[in-house]
Amino acid sequence: MVTFIQFVITGLRLGSVYALIALGYTMVYGIIKLINFAHGDFIMVGGYSLFFLIPVFMGLGLPGWLAVVPACIICACVGMLVELLAYRPVRKKGNKLTSLITAIAMSFVLENLAQAIPAIGPDPKIPYTLFSATLSIGGVAVSSATIITIVVSAVIMVALYFFTQKSRIGRAMRCVSEDKEAAILMGVNVNHTIIITFGIGAGLAAVAALMYIAQYPKVFTTMGATLGIYAFVAAVLGGIGSLPGAMLGGLLIGMVQSLTNTYISSSMSDTFVYLVLIVVLLIRPAGVLGKNVGEKV
Amino acid sequence: MLEIKDLHVHYGAIHALKGISLTVDDGELVSLIGANGAGKTTTLHTISGLLTASSGEVLLDGENIQKIPANTIIQKGMAHVPEGRHVFARMTVEENLRMGAYIIRDQKRIADNLEKVYGHFPRLKERRRQLAGTLSGGEQQMLATGRALMTDPKILLMDEPSMGLSPILVKEIFSIIQTLHESGITILLVEQNAKMALGVSDRAYVLETGKISMEGSAAELAADDRVRKAYLGA
Repeated sequence: MVTFIQFVITGLRLGSVYALIALGYTMVYGIIKLINFAHGDFIMVGGYSLFFLIPVFMGLGLPGWLAVVPACIICACVGMLVELLAYRPVRKKGNKLTSLITAIAMSFVLENLAQAIPAIGPDPKIPYTLFSATLSIGGVAVSSATIITIVVSAVIMVALYFFTQKSRIGRAMRCVSEDKEAAILMGVNVNHTIIITFGIGAGLAAVAALMYIAQYPKVFTTMGATLGIYAFVAAVLGGIGSLPGAMLGGLLIGMVQSLTNTYISSSMSDTFVYLVLIVVLLIRPAGVLGKNVGEKV
Repeated sequence: MLEIKDLHVHYGAIHALKGISLTVDDGELVSLIGANGAGKTTTLHTISGLLTASSGEVLLDGENIQKIPANTIIQKGMAHVPEGRHVFARMTVEENLRMGAYIIRDQKRIADNLEKVYGHFPRLKERRRQLAGTLSGGEQQMLATGRALMTDPKILLMDEPSMGLSPILVKEIFSIIQTLHESGITILLVEQNAKMALGVSDRAYVLETGKISMEGSAAELAADDRVRKAYLGA
């Protein structure tokens, strides 16, 4: 029983982090049909922002986690800059393939730029450990980091869902993702909407970075690559372009990993993640909640 | 109200519009008829800024709207009902209509306009909670038209409203167009169905491979032998 509870909680925790990251992939894909390969690296930007800012905040007598606010802003700015300086000009001139290659290139650019900063360098850094207190739930020791991760992610996901459904910007985002031309005719500024989407997606990556380093206190320039891949798989699994799909996909991947780690072997977890992906895509090619249905003309 | 002067549009090497000039006066219903590929949709897309002209002017109440961003044209009082409806399929009917009023911040005005549109199209009110993608073609055309009316436009551009609809629905759509015209809205209508278009219009232009080949009052054109042969199947 204890093992089971442990498995569920770990799965939820991992899954919540993946879901937060997957939302960034899926939002950008939804709006410009681009797999933003640099999205994983936004987590790295968030991780280093936190690494440098947490001590500053604590030095000022403020709680360390508050550093996530400027980290979100930094990440959002990086995300918007990537769109503005790289993706937008390429989108104007090129095709889908050139955009995709630009995204891969931006991933390397961010990683190498970070490494070129002397204070970052090639060696991993150990950030201050937040939320290290431990609680006991039904005889299972659970770190407060785990609980905070699950609760905060859930709140963010619900808030984001209502934001896209009800707010003016959110509705504009849905319109642009469905039909850019019609959105323009309604008076929507498409470029603004796209850049806001990048800002939100990258900001969420900073929150994910906080959750992640609370559990695994290590930052390095390629930290976003692996996390990014799992989150991307989560987004595809859930149905890329769909927000609830990204959430579901993230949780599913987290659960599969946790299940394999707990009951089989941690070295098998990737195998099962991709096995689940393949099986799901065989049954539902557009993902669990994918809306890749035939368009009515 | 709307004046187009010597408009040229290129798609790469293709010269799609070769110097189009036309005018639509206040309160007029003017139609642009012609065969497939003549450049009707290109003309409308250029007027509403979705396409950029290589040369020429589009004047709305004397202001050249070629230079302003496409998404701000709706603020000038011009709304466009695109070919193929382009409703937001994954949004409900009411969400679509509210999107039509995206540029309006005044909630009261949005609510008033919504009631006005529901007045024109009672069927949309019945289906307000339904996803737009599940509507029939005729209902989608009503929705696209209603959505364009949400900002009380001075001038409405309508692109092939009868496309793909059954004869009964075509009649219904044209009677709606006539009602809108009678309520004082200026309309520029693009249609392949020349017979119906000439039936409701004040004036018309005939577009042939990127050029205007004929123009005149709707009655004149409907009586013209060349028009009758080419477009009215007489």
